[in-house]
Amino acid sequence: MTVLQIVFLVTGLVTLLAGVMVVASPKLVHAALWLIVSLAGVAVLFVLLNANFLAVVQVVVYIGAIAILVIFAVMLTRRVMADSGPTHNPTWWLALVSALVLFGGLLALITQLPAFGATEAALPATDSLADLGTSLVDVNRYLVPFEVASVLLLAALVGAMAVARPAGEDEESGA
Amino acid sequence: MIPLSWYLILSALLFCVGVFGVLARRNAIGILMGIELMLNAVNINLVAFWRYLTPGMIAGQVFTLIVFAVAASEAAVGLALIISIYRRRSTVVADEINLMKW
Amino acid sequence: MGDPFGIIGRWLIDLVTGLGMEPGAALTLLRFLGAAILATVLLLACFFLIVAERKLLGRFQDRYGPNRVGPWGVFQTVADFVKLIGKEIVIPDGIDKPVYWLAPLLVVMSVVGIWAVVPFAPGFRGTDLNVGVLYIVSIGAIGTLGIIMAGWSSNNKFALLGAFRAVAQLVSYEIPMVLTLLIPTMLAGSMGVTAIVEAQKDLWFIAAAPLAAAVFLISSVAENGRAPFDLMEGESEIVAGFNIEYGGLAFGMFYVGEFLHAFTVGVLFSTLFLGGWRGPGAEAYPLLGLVYFFAKALAVWFLTIWVRGSFPRVRIDQLLALNWKFLTPLALVIVALTAVVDKMAAEQGWSQLLSLLAANAVLALVMFAVLGAYGRSVRRREEKLRGNAAALQAGSAR
Repeated sequence: MTVLQIVFLVTGLVTLLAGVMVVASPKLVHAALWLIVSLAGVAVLFVLLNANFLAVVQVVVYIGAIAILVIFAVMLTRRVMADSGPTHNPTWWLALVSALVLFGGLLALITQLPAFGATEAALPATDSLADLGTSLVDVNRYLVPFEVASVLLLAALVGAMAVARPAGEDEESGA
Repeated sequence: MIPLSWYLILSALLFCVGVFGVLARRNAIGILMGIELMLNAVNINLVAFWRYLTPGMIAGQVFTLIVFAVAASEAAVGLALIISIYRRRSTVVADEINLMKW
Repeated sequence: MGDPFGIIGRWLIDLVTGLGMEPGAALTLLRFLGAAILATVLLLACFFLIVAERKLLGRFQDRYGPNRVGPWGVFQTVADFVKLIGKEIVIPDGIDKPVYWLAPLLVVMSVVGIWAVVPFAPGFRGTDLNVGVLYIVSIGAIGTLGIIMAGWSSNNKFALLGAFRAVAQLVSYEIPMVLTLLIPTMLAGSMGVTAIVEAQKDLWFIAAAPLAAAVFLISSVAENGRAPFDLMEGESEIVAGFNIEYGGLAFGMFYVGEFLHAFTVGVLFSTLFLGGWRGPGAEAYPLLGLVYFFAKALAVWFLTIWVRGSFPRVRIDQLLALNWKFLTPLALVIVALTAVVDKMAAEQGWSQLLSLLAANAVLALVMFAVLGAYGRSVRRREEKLRGNAAALQAGSAR
């Protein structure tokens, strides 16, 4: 059991347990905080996979922005601080069964992969960070997906602001 | 070292936890949190495949970055929609947003 | 006197492996030990930073600062700390216990974590991440999380409102900060903080990008929550805001985190724009590098205290307008301009410094012209309103 294996097992366990708490926690704000733990666990996994730029972007984008947005939304969509009503569907056991069946199916699929037991390939000599940067602006490589993603973000920005605007302002804008 | 199978099994488990969250939660924001878990599982998968099979090709990391961008925009618009629905209907329970059901 | 830090490091490793540990585990243990020592030294240094700041503020306000406890009052913070420890910790009813106690930890962690990537002297740094600059931003984001947790778990509507306002301020000012952090990255060709300091060999980046440095300083001060942006805890506004329900040592942690962050802002600014440990003779004598590092950081820290003692607080709408209508567009234009001018200077063979300085000067002139036009239009509108009000008054008096 090398140190890296122990680190992976601990991180994986923490991520999964936090994920289970996200979907099972009766208080929604607690679920949001467990989501942050799970996202941090995924960031550690990225570091283990030598993708440290992605790990840092995960912390900045997911934890620093999306998770905070989720917490704000949870706090803004309730009259009182506490949750009201049941938090899970009465047919949650059916959801559990279907999730388990899905896991079984995924397991059957991935064990058939020829690369299933693969060990790590050697990293290229140069740092992947510079390669990532140049590939995103190279016309022959990934410039188009990059630009499309930025247009998507712009559309999401404008759309979110338009949707979340309070209703009364539309009539006053003409005055 | 750590075989690829460990990462694949971990991401499959996380994905299924997210599926359970989407199917079992009543609150719309809870459903969105399940979706975020699923997207993270996909990201783990992508980066693991990049690292183990083709570390020379940067496509795996680029794909993950695009998934980050898509997840961020979907979370933003989804939460804006949920807040807007809360303003009109005073509820975010998915079952009660049923005006268009037959 | 070759490399004192390397000598100490090697001696420590020899000591631990001599006691029977294998080298890998010894290195990991020493790394943990180094991190613990760094965090402890930082938090202890706060004792003297806080009293120095209070004395400086006092001098700015034409009075002595604290001068009773110890020679020239240097042990004032120790006395405050003893008082805080001795206070009865009043735990409000209905709080969310794990979240309540975790929040101050996260806020302090987010400040201490920044010091992991700061190079103190050549060869003396925590770690050399190749994404160091982005790491600094990500750790700052965790502080924002701690503030929401503090505000929400306090079971107090005003704490929640204070937390909302604080998070609005922090999240808004992250954007010009991240954008201007791209400038040293572009000029150095790497996101690693050590590489940025290495690249300032001939030229400190503040000479090549003064506007970016100014925007970075302003947004860092706003991220920290210092005057004139100290709405987060403005006593006359929202009485301690998000940490209103914290007493004793828990409040002390928020307090220490804020003052340590002020010094960290000085450290970051001096590392990214003022050349870090660079100075005459620093490569030959690393200890001299350490001296230069702290001298520059203290100078910038003095500047932020000076600003704190000189300007009144801004309102929340003025704060957000300043960010979204001024700093963010300015930062975007700076990034685009620097990228274009840098590449053009490289291709055409112009001097990089002169072309960047010229671009900055042009941008500054344009910025002042736009600000002047905006100010004039606002003043015209005010004159018109005042004229209307006066006419109305004259009409009603008749």
